[in-house]
Amino acid sequence: MSEKINAMGLTARQYEGSPSTLCVGCGHDSISKHIISACFQSDLPPWQVVKTSGIGCSSKLPAYFMSSSFAFNSMHGRMAPVATGAMIAQRNLKYLGVSGDGDTGNIGLGGFLHAIRRNVRMVYLIANNGVFGLTKGQFSASADCGSLSKSGQRAVLPALDFCALAIEAGCGFVARSFSGDGKQLVPLLQAALQHPGTAVIDIISPCITFNNHDGSTKSYSHIKEHDQALQELGFFSPHQEITIDYEEGQSQKIDLPDGSHLVLKKLVSAGHDVKSSEQALKVLHQARNQGEVLTGLYYVDPSRTDLAGSLQLTKTPLNALKEKDLRPSTDQILQAQKSFR
Amino acid sequence: MNNFAINIATVNGSGSQTANMVLLKALFRNGAKVGGKNVFPSNISGMPAWFWIRSHEKGFTGACKEADIVLAFNPQTILEDQKCLKPGGFFFFPEGLEQKICLRTDIIPVSIPMPALASQITAPPKIKKLASNMIYVGILAALFQIPQTLVETVIQDQLGKKASAFESNLQAFRAGWNHCLGQMHNLAWPFRLKPNSDNQNKIIMDGNTAGALGLVAGGCQFVSWYPITPSTSLVEAFGRFAEPMRKDEDGLNRFALVQAEDELAAFSMVLGAGWAGTRAMTATSGPGLSLMAEGAGYAYYAEIPSVIWNVQRLGPSTGLPTRTAQGDLLFSASLSHGATQHILLLPGDIQECFEFGQTCFDLAERLQQLVIVLSDLDLGMNPWMSDTLLPLEKSYDRGKIVENLQDHGNFLRYEDRDGDGIPYRTLIGNRETGASYFTRGSGHNFKAQYSENPKEYENNVQRLKRKWETAKKLVPEPEIQNKGSKVGILYYGSTKAVIPEVISELAANIDRCRVRAFPFTESVESFLKDHDCVYVIDQNCDGQMKQLLSATFQQYASRLISVLHPDGTFITAASIVSQIQNSTMPGETT
Repeated sequence: MSEKINAMGLTARQYEGSPSTLCVGCGHDSISKHIISACFQSDLPPWQVVKTSGIGCSSKLPAYFMSSSFAFNSMHGRMAPVATGAMIAQRNLKYLGVSGDGDTGNIGLGGFLHAIRRNVRMVYLIANNGVFGLTKGQFSASADCGSLSKSGQRAVLPALDFCALAIEAGCGFVARSFSGDGKQLVPLLQAALQHPGTAVIDIISPCITFNNHDGSTKSYSHIKEHDQALQELGFFSPHQEITIDYEEGQSQKIDLPDGSHLVLKKLVSAGHDVKSSEQALKVLHQARNQGEVLTGLYYVDPSRTDLAGSLQLTKTPLNALKEKDLRPSTDQILQAQKSFR
Repeated sequence: MNNFAINIATVNGSGSQTANMVLLKALFRNGAKVGGKNVFPSNISGMPAWFWIRSHEKGFTGACKEADIVLAFNPQTILEDQKCLKPGGFFFFPEGLEQKICLRTDIIPVSIPMPALASQITAPPKIKKLASNMIYVGILAALFQIPQTLVETVIQDQLGKKASAFESNLQAFRAGWNHCLGQMHNLAWPFRLKPNSDNQNKIIMDGNTAGALGLVAGGCQFVSWYPITPSTSLVEAFGRFAEPMRKDEDGLNRFALVQAEDELAAFSMVLGAGWAGTRAMTATSGPGLSLMAEGAGYAYYAEIPSVIWNVQRLGPSTGLPTRTAQGDLLFSASLSHGATQHILLLPGDIQECFEFGQTCFDLAERLQQLVIVLSDLDLGMNPWMSDTLLPLEKSYDRGKIVENLQDHGNFLRYEDRDGDGIPYRTLIGNRETGASYFTRGSGHNFKAQYSENPKEYENNVQRLKRKWETAKKLVPEPEIQNKGSKVGILYYGSTKAVIPEVISELAANIDRCRVRAFPFTESVESFLKDHDCVYVIDQNCDGQMKQLLSATFQQYASRLISVLHPDGTFITAASIVSQIQNSTMPGETT
């Protein structure tokens, strides 16, 4: 049987990367797999995707998917500003950033929040396992208070909630998912790739080696027991018929700028309107207080001007401008000196 | 007599800066060779500030410590301000203060009836207070016999946009002018300035502004920054220049200016934008540069064209933000850990700030490296006279960018095809198969693949060393003046301004070498080789240029003698001359 080919004439295999060097069973490898599916299903040409990351296990991911895309594996905590610079230089590409909970919540918190404030058009994924894996299991800022480390220490500080922070910083696409739930994550990724601003997906992704024991709140078993999906999700490309069966009032259709749609069939919190940041924060807080890991789309608002817009950037990518577009005339340079006489 | 120095002592935030610039520009337009030095506190208002204006027929307009004329308008510092006046000098002060202080007997005191003169300004109290500084401009302009219309035109140019401010400043100026004409006939004023047209094609500008104009002329497309004294004005000037010059047909911007959340982000954005193929830079000062160190190492190893314009201030740590220094030379040369080396450009005047604003990108893109421009507060923030700035005619050098892979053949990011150590690169947005590559700061081989192989590591680092050798052929040559002496002085940056005066004072046969870049070129080595003794002038306390030269040319290290100006004040000829005179000059008989 021949392999399935997408509208770009590519097979899913052509979206793969180098073999992973992460621990066998790492949640992050599932994330790579789901990214590959999402990009393949969205018919994205690999040249259109720019992969960026910081440092840590999470940030190795760009090597494991889409070998034919450009990648910038940057410094610890600097994924967001590096992607910001690249996006300004080439505004017409899709920026897919992969960071971790330490990379985002500890060393890179400023970059994370300010990229959101600027509304840099990019997908910001957090492969969140609550620990620094590459340095062998120290707590990160997302470790839940009371969670037990492999070495027997208990986390005593409040955890940072990346979704709540993202909403507060003005993010127009905020979701949480679980690396093991491709059915939910793939459509979220597809929608995020079409969002005209920063799209944050906090992906709980257990660390099989350092945070998968009893007493950890980020282990596979804990997440499986406490995972509560907000919605059943379906992503439909512009010309695709919406096949999901949904009842009025129980579902929402989100129109994305390229003509595609995300359809949400509510499973819990019937009152939660994903277009209300207030309600999103409310369900988020409720779930946290109940010890539940609430996954799905929290909040969406595609209306905010993105950074390229607020900078009033020319439509041609800056990196395609030629000397003639950049060089002022001698007269202009002389004119500029008139007030320095 | 046309040679004089004026020290104007005021309170910062009181509007004196406008008056001082009017006076400086009036002297300038009248044809005098002038320079200004703004000595200001790290504070917005209420603390002492001084503005020095020096005029000299031979163009010796560098800083000096003694004034011929002092305007003591700050009661807080009036006692101190008397001390810098030369015997026989003129001491202007607000009427009434003479009862509070003991005036020196060897000076000429001139009291100014400020309240009476200020009463001629018809404006609300706040504006009146700001404008009253223009009274001393009126008095001095009249004494110097600068044409009244010339000064009033300068006031118009400086303040014309704000009608009410202009009107009250004009009133203040005229009050001072008329007071001088009516009341000061008896003053034996020796300074006369004959109007001339020598400065017709000149400008008066600070290095930050000139640098910013150079950046726009040089095609800079992306600036990210975090505000920090004394570099802030460079970025603000860039915005002002780029705004009208870089619009497309729809009025959209062909540049981007982003204020970052910190210097880590500022330089990270530059890395992203430089990697993507734009001419990208940031401007900062010491503490900001410290934060950019990790990114600088990344730029070196991943080979990303980028520029940092460092306007140096006095360290260590927060240091003195409004004092000048050349204290970042060594740190900049190897900014970041590991075997990192960076190209340094060392502008010495306004022309060179403008020139390097353009050529920094040619070097950064050609060499795929970080270029750090080391300006300083003296050069960056003080007004200097300069010839009108003309953009370079040569085309931009965008370096080795592969646009067409078919012609290029197999693209390997870090392959040394040409033997010059410089690899080829592709830019994001390139749709061709095989164009993409993986950029990382971790170990990589010539195919840009992750590698922990020691041989591959060494090959890569050796290629970077070859690239460094190539850089030596591309960076600006030093400016050398050889007259066959066995004694030389070597200097860089803003020290340039006082060297003609130093040479004149020393009255000795001495050769000069002004270093303009690092890595040092062969000419620098030759200069050391050809002289038995070389005085190396540094505006820092540890002789950083001497150290860098000694490390690079160990065989000549014993010939170098440090001359230091470490205290954060603007360098003077006198401080260099006295150090040279008090040292023993090997190679010269006494």
